[in-house]
Amino acid sequence: MSAQEYFPTNSGVKTSKNSSYAFTNATIYVTPKQKIKKGTLLIKDGKVVNVGKSVSIPKGTEVIDAKGKTIYPSFVDVYSTFGIAKPKRESGFNKPPQYDASRKGYYWNDHIRPDVDASKELKFDAKKAKELLKLGFGVVNTHLDDGIMQGNGVLVALNPNSSAAYRVLNERSGNYLSFSKSRKSRQAYPTSRMGAMALLRQAYLDADWYAKGNAKNKDLALEALNKNKDLPQIFNAGDYLNDMRADKVGDEFGIQYTIVGGGDEYERVNDIKKTNATYIIPLNFRKAYDVSNPFLANYISLSDMRKWNQEPSNPGILAKNNIPFALTTHDLKSKKDFSKNLQKAIKFGLDKTTALEALTTLPAKILKNNKIGNLNTGSYANFLITSGDVFDSKTTLFENWVQGQKNVINPMDIKDITGNYMLYINGNNYDLEITGKGAKQTGTIKKGDKKVNSKFSFKDGWIQIAMNEDGKFTRLTGKTINASNVMQGTAIDNSGNESTWSASKKVVKSDKKKDKKKKDSETPEVVAVSYPNIGFGNHTKPQQETILIQNATVWTSDNNKVLENTDVLLKNGKIAQIGKGLSKRGAKVIDGTGKFLTAGIIDEHSHIATSAVNEAGHNSTAEVTIEDVVDPNDINIYRNLAGGVTSIQILHGSANPIGGRSAIIKLKWGENADGMIYKNTPKFIKFALGENVKQSNWGDLQTVRFPQTRMGVEQVYIDYFQRAKEYDEKKKSGKPYRKDIELETLAEIINKERFISCHSYVQSEINMLMKVAEKFNFNINTFTHILEGYKVADKMKKHGVGGSTFSDWWAYKYEVNDAIPYNAAIMHNQGVTVAINSDDAEMSRRLNQEAAKTIKYGGMSEQEAWNTVTINPAKLLHLDDRTGSIKVGKDADVVLWSGNPLSVYSKAEKTIIDGAIYFDLEKDLAKRKAIKAERAKLISMMLKEKIKGAKTQAPAKKVKKLFHCDTE
Amino acid sequence: MNIKNLYIALCFLFIGNSFAQQTPAPSQTSDVTIEGGTAHLGNGKVIENALIMFSNGKITHVGNANSKIARRGTVINASGKHIYPGLIAANTSLGLAEIDAVRATRDFDEIGTMLPHIRSIIAYNTESRVVETMRPNGVFIAQVTPRGGRISGTSSVVQLDAWNWEDAVMKKDDAIHVNWPNALSRGRWWLGEDPALKPNKNYQKNVDKLVSYIKEAKNYLNGNRNSKSLPYEAMEGLFNGKQKMFIHVGGQKPITDAITVMKETGIKNIVIVHGQEAEKVADLLKSNNIPVVLERAHRLPNLEDEDYDLPFRSAKILSDAGILVGLGMEGDMERMSTRNLPFYAGTYAAYGLDKEKALQIITENNAKILGIDNVTGTIQVGKDATLFISKGDALDMRTNILTDAFIQGRKLSLETHQTKLWKRYSNKYKNN
Repeated sequence: MSAQEYFPTNSGVKTSKNSSYAFTNATIYVTPKQKIKKGTLLIKDGKVVNVGKSVSIPKGTEVIDAKGKTIYPSFVDVYSTFGIAKPKRESGFNKPPQYDASRKGYYWNDHIRPDVDASKELKFDAKKAKELLKLGFGVVNTHLDDGIMQGNGVLVALNPNSSAAYRVLNERSGNYLSFSKSRKSRQAYPTSRMGAMALLRQAYLDADWYAKGNAKNKDLALEALNKNKDLPQIFNAGDYLNDMRADKVGDEFGIQYTIVGGGDEYERVNDIKKTNATYIIPLNFRKAYDVSNPFLANYISLSDMRKWNQEPSNPGILAKNNIPFALTTHDLKSKKDFSKNLQKAIKFGLDKTTALEALTTLPAKILKNNKIGNLNTGSYANFLITSGDVFDSKTTLFENWVQGQKNVINPMDIKDITGNYMLYINGNNYDLEITGKGAKQTGTIKKGDKKVNSKFSFKDGWIQIAMNEDGKFTRLTGKTINASNVMQGTAIDNSGNESTWSASKKVVKSDKKKDKKKKDSETPEVVAVSYPNIGFGNHTKPQQETILIQNATVWTSDNNKVLENTDVLLKNGKIAQIGKGLSKRGAKVIDGTGKFLTAGIIDEHSHIATSAVNEAGHNSTAEVTIEDVVDPNDINIYRNLAGGVTSIQILHGSANPIGGRSAIIKLKWGENADGMIYKNTPKFIKFALGENVKQSNWGDLQTVRFPQTRMGVEQVYIDYFQRAKEYDEKKKSGKPYRKDIELETLAEIINKERFISCHSYVQSEINMLMKVAEKFNFNINTFTHILEGYKVADKMKKHGVGGSTFSDWWAYKYEVNDAIPYNAAIMHNQGVTVAINSDDAEMSRRLNQEAAKTIKYGGMSEQEAWNTVTINPAKLLHLDDRTGSIKVGKDADVVLWSGNPLSVYSKAEKTIIDGAIYFDLEKDLAKRKAIKAERAKLISMMLKEKIKGAKTQAPAKKVKKLFHCDTE
Repeated sequence: MNIKNLYIALCFLFIGNSFAQQTPAPSQTSDVTIEGGTAHLGNGKVIENALIMFSNGKITHVGNANSKIARRGTVINASGKHIYPGLIAANTSLGLAEIDAVRATRDFDEIGTMLPHIRSIIAYNTESRVVETMRPNGVFIAQVTPRGGRISGTSSVVQLDAWNWEDAVMKKDDAIHVNWPNALSRGRWWLGEDPALKPNKNYQKNVDKLVSYIKEAKNYLNGNRNSKSLPYEAMEGLFNGKQKMFIHVGGQKPITDAITVMKETGIKNIVIVHGQEAEKVADLLKSNNIPVVLERAHRLPNLEDEDYDLPFRSAKILSDAGILVGLGMEGDMERMSTRNLPFYAGTYAAYGLDKEKALQIITENNAKILGIDNVTGTIQVGKDATLFISKGDALDMRTNILTDAFIQGRKLSLETHQTKLWKRYSNKYKNN
């Protein structure tokens, strides 16, 4: 296939080469589910001509007897970067940030690069091809892994004996996406996952607008995006939370991505199933941790240990849940591990048919290509010849044919000479044991019990042995005869004398082998998944119950009412009754004697339970939302529950004057993100003022983004609101308009459908923002932090804005020099609705104590102090009709405290959300015990692994990133 | 006048009382008697209906108000209230920076690695607005400690109501602070390494470097000291017992290493700071008489699998193991948070520690660890009259409300920049 037919020849005469082969007597997998025994595979010119039990073989065909061999379609890696190098990242060291795109004539964001054509980047890498051929792959779908929209991929046959003219099967095989930015550009936006999601959405909207011919400019990126629309859409998400995030964006635009997962999909397999996506799953299983040093083993989290144990079960679990997936070598540092890991996955429950499908027909289906991954007539002649079951570690892969061209992996004609032999040399008897596979078969010699130093080689059918017996050398050469049972040849001794030698195979009893086989087929123990899948996760979901709390002191947060010796009945997730001597029929009774019952704490300003906080790439990012990135696995959710917190607002950070939208959640530990976010959630957005948005403390290079002064901040707001107003008017007029997610969001504010919580410190700008809002005829809902609120409390009251503040933080930057702990009390005294918030994962779990500081600083009453963490934040979040106080009909979000809830000495004993107990002091103790036991169990499993000689990895402590407002 | 306004008026009355006071307070010239109330002595003991007298800055009488001895000087009626020794914060950079984000105000971290000669006391800002906010919460004494480096420098103990650092100093150059090498290190993510914490390959090398530095210092000090070395000279107290070495270290193995290695070099007095897992080496600590300066209770568990309340229980755990426990402040926002010192102790009390023992941590124990227990740390005859009266339990934020405060018998103003703003703006609304 070296020269195209119409190419002239100047090196000799034109010769046609035979390209027709028949493989007979083989077990042939035409597809994973269609197996032919003793069949024939006929190929010609790189394609399958026929396959079946009785295939007539035309004259001139080379016939290869494949008796005892198995033929499979070669594997397809649908997610590869074969032959396409990742570009080098442009260094940003000591450079000011870049906010505008570098590319001209393309989209406004450099990370949207659907115009990239991978077929132009492809450089066939023969070495890598060989590596993949060895693993059984015949075709890879490769792409340039760079950017959020990455452009089209290219389908390549791993045919080293050919040229691009033949081996490129499809130069526009798929359209690739990811959440990671391009390395070729330093353009700042997006800095976060939620920014990437927003960018994808806006790009789709803009592409649509462009396709309809509405744009005045030419945009090569959007043109390519529209052109690639009908290609398979392959999204590299990387872990199961991101799988769901990618799927969410796709669904919004009617696109079903094929998702490249992370191998952790088993942790929430029901959610994964609901995406209805086809997955591409890596087989990157972590090594066992080296736990031999107990000091260090302590640092490994149970969740990491579990992952080691559970990861290999991922493919099997997906299969059992009928989630379609292909397997990929992607993510494997050493591609060689692929086969080993695949065998492991099978051992952990993946059935072989699904495994084969995941490597053949499934990837073909993803690529909408029926000519690969099967051996039907007309398909590419890409196939494997093996000694047997391709997933058995003892099987030899002989040949991997690609496009009808042979690639020898292990010579097929090498005899299997393994076994125990009796070796005779000059009347001396030795034991010869030959082990190994193919060309790597090797022998060891013993005389009696004593090992004889020797060197063995087996090549091209010749056996060569050099022996050293106490300094006396004997050299043997010879061949096998009679199948593989006898070998004989010439021996040359120390003095150069020739004689003959022979060896004959001993009959072996196979007991030992069977034993081993039995051991191997045992399914390994996999520890149970919890929700979330970490130490303090729930194995069973907390259930809503009918609960009667008897005889407690009830702080209602309802008009400051305190009810002594009172019962509260929770039913159907609501507060059903409050009174004395309530009937306990059917209820779980909790004795509240000597204890205090309150509404659950609400944190107006939190940054826990999220994978991202700031989208800092623009000065306005109203298009992003924390709801996209809620992280239900954060241990701080549980710790917050232990501090009596039931609801939080996860706010965007304060990197820009107009930040992103909030997620308001209930801390329903164990639920997924959607299960935590409030139904009919009030709509909020974060704004910010002051040093952070001016980037004052970000270093001297951060001086190029507008605004750099408080004066500029005002203009940002007026500009954006003016544009949003004009946008909204145009939209309402019915004229065609370019849908802009950012302006849509801002228009919601003007239309009083979305509320602002604004990070604020200094009185001048607080005053300013109220004036800007008034100009556009809406109100600021909440000033959060608001440490100089006490200076403008009267103006705040007049405007109707609430204040959510720290109890006593100050002095961490210049603008909080005048922050005083009396702030809450002064604002409260002026009639402002005041909440105490945390902005901190540690403080949030003892907001009761922070509320108590308002008594010390400024003399608020106990009930007023308590309101600052219950009903007041509920009011500020527009949730006061549902939660925040103990009142009949409201959500059963309550906390039972061991004593006065404001006291440093009190503990939350039970934290209840929607009538289900999410934290219980006693159950917490049981969880601690369970963690200890499970750690011990996994540690001994890993020790076994280490002692067995498996490679291990050094212990590592998972580092949880804690977010504050300022976190990038 | 409604109740709210009445309350505000009462507040101003109280502020008005103290407003005209000179800050810092002048020396005690007339005797003071505190009568009634519950005295928490700081050594674990409590006297109900107490009678405490002091003159010329020293406590002259501690007893029960039922006794018929003569009350001297001004008598303060403390009945229904609580009396405490002034609280002591160990290991804080208080007074070494004013506003975190403003570099010009930051004076706690000198460049370099081995800095025993760097002395915190000369940078300690008595006029700091952060320092003055300590007093209304009962925090009167602090060990002002530099940060950074392998050997950060030398700390000093000060009282927090002074004109200048010479006035403030209670124990000059009390200790040298060593940041023990990290046994774990983080991958450099910007080079594509795993950001997780892994065993630090350089740990032993870094330990060896430190040890050889200390040995060099010892050799120098034993030699003829020709051509003076400032860092080595600064370490003399470590070898003659006049100075302590505060080793900032956590983890069972590193603590064990630190103690063994430093004892071998001839360091006389060692204090462990932070000391996570110190309970696991309790015997080693006890047999060498080594106390632990614990971290603030208000922190997150170190590991995902740790009990949510483990940081709250650490004082109880160490104390049960028989270790002398103090309390330090190092960490995020440590200067402004130093005023929350009593509440950290309160949290330790909430999670198992006896309340008086919790108080002891930030009074007598810290005094012992800082070497000032001869003059302060408890309410006892002969010691400095450094004490305060609170309306309620001072370890609970709900009830920590000071009415009277004394350092060395000097009656303190409880006025601060913050109370002034409070008053000024409350007045604005009252008058407008």
